Amino acid sequence: MKRLVTMVVGLLAICGLLGYTSNRLERSSGSTGDKVLNLYNWGDYIDPSLLTKFQKETGYHVNVETFDSNEAMYTKINQGGTHYDLAVPSEYMVAKMKRAHLLKPLDRSRLTGWQNYDSQFLNQPFDRGNRYSMPYFWGTLGIIYNDKFVKASQVQHWQDLWSPKFRDKIMLIDSARDIMGMSLVTLHKSMNTTDPATLLAAEHKLNQLAPNVKAIVADEIKMYMTQNEAPLAVDWSGEAAEMLANNQHLHYVVPSEGSNLWFDNLVIPKTAQHTNAIYAFLNFMSQPKNAAQNAEYIGYATPNRKAKALLPKSVRDDRQFYPTQATIDHLQVYRDLSPTKVELYNDRYLEFKMHH
Amino acid sequence: MTNRKTWLYFIPYGLWLALFVIAPVGLIIYQSFFDLGHHFTVANYSTYFQSATYLKMTLNSVWYAFLITLFTVLISYPTAYFLHQLKHRQFWLLLVILPTWINILLKAYAFIGIFSQAGLANQFLTFIGIGPQQILFTNASFIFVATYIQIPFMILPIFNALDDLNPAFINASKDLGASAWQTFHRVIFPLTLPGVKAGVQAVFIPSLSLFMLTRLIGGNKVITLGTAIEEHFLTTMNWGMGSTIGVVLIVAMIIVMTLTGDQKPKGGTPR
Repeated sequence: MKRLVTMVVGLLAICGLLGYTSNRLERSSGSTGDKVLNLYNWGDYIDPSLLTKFQKETGYHVNVETFDSNEAMYTKINQGGTHYDLAVPSEYMVAKMKRAHLLKPLDRSRLTGWQNYDSQFLNQPFDRGNRYSMPYFWGTLGIIYNDKFVKASQVQHWQDLWSPKFRDKIMLIDSARDIMGMSLVTLHKSMNTTDPATLLAAEHKLNQLAPNVKAIVADEIKMYMTQNEAPLAVDWSGEAAEMLANNQHLHYVVPSEGSNLWFDNLVIPKTAQHTNAIYAFLNFMSQPKNAAQNAEYIGYATPNRKAKALLPKSVRDDRQFYPTQATIDHLQVYRDLSPTKVELYNDRYLEFKMHH
Repeated sequence: MTNRKTWLYFIPYGLWLALFVIAPVGLIIYQSFFDLGHHFTVANYSTYFQSATYLKMTLNSVWYAFLITLFTVLISYPTAYFLHQLKHRQFWLLLVILPTWINILLKAYAFIGIFSQAGLANQFLTFIGIGPQQILFTNASFIFVATYIQIPFMILPIFNALDDLNPAFINASKDLGASAWQTFHRVIFPLTLPGVKAGVQAVFIPSLSLFMLTRLIGGNKVITLGTAIEEHFLTTMNWGMGSTIGVVLIVAMIIVMTLTGDQKPKGGTPR
């Protein structure tokens, strides 16, 4: 009994000490009080040195909290009790949050860097007129191949994946919308179709791909591709950028016939409290120099035209991540579909997974 | 006075039961009767039982859970029996339980490293001249890893059952001329059967809805009900359908509990 009491007291003491220390550390780094900005971002999705620079220039300290899926972020903001000033949802989630009245409109008169953005990445269907969102990064869905096993000329189009040469060679990202979308593009259909017959056709098309599919996985694709586990994968450009950085044999292709164009965007949740800090940060991140530095750090494509001009030529002209205008013209942005339509996509996709 | 005291003692247990057992199960059942538009309906159940996909998935789940449980028993019983004979058995038992202190995700990632193309397993196969094989993303690797993860939960109850076994029975059996096999078959095994049953309950049910391993190790080549639940709650946000599958799993659990529950042994009692 005495030992038990000692143990409990000891545990409580350790907790108390940890709490006190973390509290003091937070205070000394100025993360409490009024001069703060609470940023709710994806993991490792901003250059940390920019946060230091921002604090030096404006005096606002940025607290970063991270999430790992749009849905997790949505649930957390929706249930309230959070004080995030800025969040970074993908495009379909912006539409969803808008509908759920979770966002505050942007005050355009307080934004100084708007003219820096490339107009082809503004005014998208998920947020017409950009009333609520400022683009942060954009990207595509494409094919990653390993030049040790596959020649570039063999995989320029989606249809190439169906070749019998690639039996048991392809890894797919576990995402209903993207894989169904890929199949739809191959059938020359819209990635936003809601016609059940077309979706059924897309599933049948995928079933034919099944013998070539080695696995349907999520984030692990990065690790597998880096370790040469599979010669081919279908994944997003952001993930591809990370893989390419770790394995020089990997390359990324956006099929010219079409693919998905996605956006991650800065938005202001309803619960935001530090208005001045928010606009200071948005303007800071719109400055070409800062946006370019961030783009170089993250490796994604920046929608900031002036920032892109500041990037090294090798990055700027990299057709893998900044595809040609002809390809960009064929890219499709996902519309936010109603829950029943999302279900339709997922049901067909689940059938394909069962088939595989 | 005593009556009121007993009643007071019941409060924490009653609260726990109400809040963490009855309420969640009730909520799942309640949710399962609503569609995406929050209308009351039994459509989720009719969809489930009319869909070849879901029925096949159920069959898959039960089949793989059965295989995992079977292999776990086959490995765990001899292990527990052997451990029980050892001198420092509590220490050896601790070593068996040790892996359960490590997060399941870490263990899965460790297996990815071992089974991958350039992993240890393939290096060994290359060394003995067989050459590298595709190990990851096969049904066999999925069952292997799932079995590995479940083994401690099977060994523990069997070990405890062996511990509770009165050695006098074994001595008596030997004194009366039974061979070692007869002693095991007629005395030890029937008397430790409750431990095996407890282990089966602890292994079979979680195995029905494994979803992390089906993706990480199985590469989604094995689709179980867990995969479907994950998708309904996280992607389509159709909680009704997800709950329906949850209810099916609860019913499956009740069936397994009844089948492996404490019935009076029908024969072979040592008397």
